[in-house]
Amino acid sequence: MAFWKRPGFQRRWDSVKRGWYKFSKNPVSVVGLFFVLLVSFLAAFAPYVAPYPEHAGRFVNFSEASQPPSLKHPFGTDVFGRDILSRVFFGFRYSLMMGVVVLLLVVPPGVVLGLLAGYYRGTWIDTVIMRITDVFLAVPPLILALAVCSVLTPSVFNAMMAVSLMWWPWYTRLVYGLASSIRNEFFVQAAEVAGASRSHILFREILPNCVSSIFTKMSLDMGWVILIGSSLSFVGLGAQPPTPDLGTMVADGAKYLPDQWWIAVFPALAIMITVLGFNLIGDGLRDLFALEEV
Amino acid sequence: MEKLLQIEGLKVEFKVYEGLLKVLNGVELALEEGERVGLVGEAGCGKTTTMKCVLRILPSPPGRITAGRILFRGQDLLRLPLQRMQRVRGRGIAMIFQDPTAALNPVFTIGDQLMAVIRHGSRDAMNKKEIRRRAIAVLREVQLPDPERILANYPIQLSGGMRQRVCIAMALSTEPELLIADEPTTSLDVTIQDQILRLLNALVERRGTSVIFITHSLGVVREMADRVYVMYAGSIVESAPKGELFSRPLHPYTQGLMRAVPKLTGGGIAEGIPGRIPDYLNPPPGCRFQPRCPHAWERCSQAPPPLKEVEDGRQVACFLYEEGA
Repeated sequence: MAFWKRPGFQRRWDSVKRGWYKFSKNPVSVVGLFFVLLVSFLAAFAPYVAPYPEHAGRFVNFSEASQPPSLKHPFGTDVFGRDILSRVFFGFRYSLMMGVVVLLLVVPPGVVLGLLAGYYRGTWIDTVIMRITDVFLAVPPLILALAVCSVLTPSVFNAMMAVSLMWWPWYTRLVYGLASSIRNEFFVQAAEVAGASRSHILFREILPNCVSSIFTKMSLDMGWVILIGSSLSFVGLGAQPPTPDLGTMVADGAKYLPDQWWIAVFPALAIMITVLGFNLIGDGLRDLFALEEV
Repeated sequence: MEKLLQIEGLKVEFKVYEGLLKVLNGVELALEEGERVGLVGEAGCGKTTTMKCVLRILPSPPGRITAGRILFRGQDLLRLPLQRMQRVRGRGIAMIFQDPTAALNPVFTIGDQLMAVIRHGSRDAMNKKEIRRRAIAVLREVQLPDPERILANYPIQLSGGMRQRVCIAMALSTEPELLIADEPTTSLDVTIQDQILRLLNALVERRGTSVIFITHSLGVVREMADRVYVMYAGSIVESAPKGELFSRPLHPYTQGLMRAVPKLTGGGIAEGIPGRIPDYLNPPPGCRFQPRCPHAWERCSQAPPPLKEVEDGRQVACFLYEEGA
């Protein structure tokens, strides 16, 4: 039997279609999805879709410097004569990488710590984990990242580390709240009574009930992390020139405002589209899971 | 005959803001193999707390077991390391909860949950196909129609009665030696209640499973149990074979309970027991029933009466039945 005719596959396909139906009921989240897909596509295929891929890095052509938007350069060129459209496409790569890497680094430890603290609520495990979390949460995220970055040498990698270091407590806090209420549910007791081990209770009973909230937060955070990463680059503590990072590009262009507005405005719009896309998707996911749980 | 479960002098306290709640005050309960025991008492008298101690799921803090032993097949469950306790749960002792909706994890299908229980609780290793076959078999045993489809359903897609059947299937799927049923019908419609009780009765009879049936309804006990323990304010006040208990209750509290049952043929509202269940913070001195007891005299407030065998197979905790009283 062909795999798409098997009942298991049919059922899964059905639930995918049902999910899409719920997600797409809110047109705004579809717009978000469109933005994100567009940005991801441009980032993935930047060398092929960018009109001047060589302009991404160390390249100068002063004869075409600071050109306003035209057919040849739809977003104009910067002071070195590099095509801004091409650089924005490559800039998406760094922004997305920033978001993905930070979330991959942050979510697993944050979630596990939250689960442990929530499950052992009221014991010393809870106290130790949550007080450390509170210390991190007490400092505004951007300030902390700035502090860490300014100690390290500025680079994309160090910016990611700095943002990761301050981002995990949000997941610990989120999961802690969920886990400490879910652990009192009867089905957790029922599983205990059936002889389930602690790890089964944590990861197979409590965690799956937190997943919807975690995913929603991840999608919203993707935007925030990108924004913070760009902010770090903007103040010169993230990606360094000539890396085509959107934040760096805005910072460079800001010097030439308002006369050569295109140098700063188009990268800024690119950041906005990316962040907005992820935030709108987050809202859509929230609707999707909320309906699922009724 | 060998005792399957023996609870001796179990005391539990809860630490709360107001002080120490002395919730269980020396519970004595024994169960022989194959016996079906009913545990009756008002809401809040400690029935469920006792069973939570047996399975060691008493929330702690605030709860604390301060004294007593719980022997299951001769080994003290309260002193068992957690890993061995986890093996007793499920295979040795299984439990059915009051609210089947809350007892099922909402994000997994019935199949996922039932098969996880079977995988964990089965004595011999089974492959996926065998586990699935076993799951379908137990669902059929609890008379659920179309078990294949139910395996793929989520709990919200089933009715309350069906969910309780699933919970019963789960509890029995591992062939436990002792089944604890904690008011399994309280959250269901009256018609469904009766169906579930009959089903449960038939299933445990066929398997010879020992049962502790917790309820506040004397009618249910009459259907379900061979022997009845009556509990009041944290201790057992009377235990007797079912027939004798109903024909000749000894303890004044049991007598009051019997009178409190509304009768179809009787006139007017049934007579209740005056007063209310005592405050666990400052329980009355001596017998905890003494402030409500029509037969109380000064001795009752001096020391609590011990649970004593007064006739063959009958135990009462009351000074009225002491020699020379």
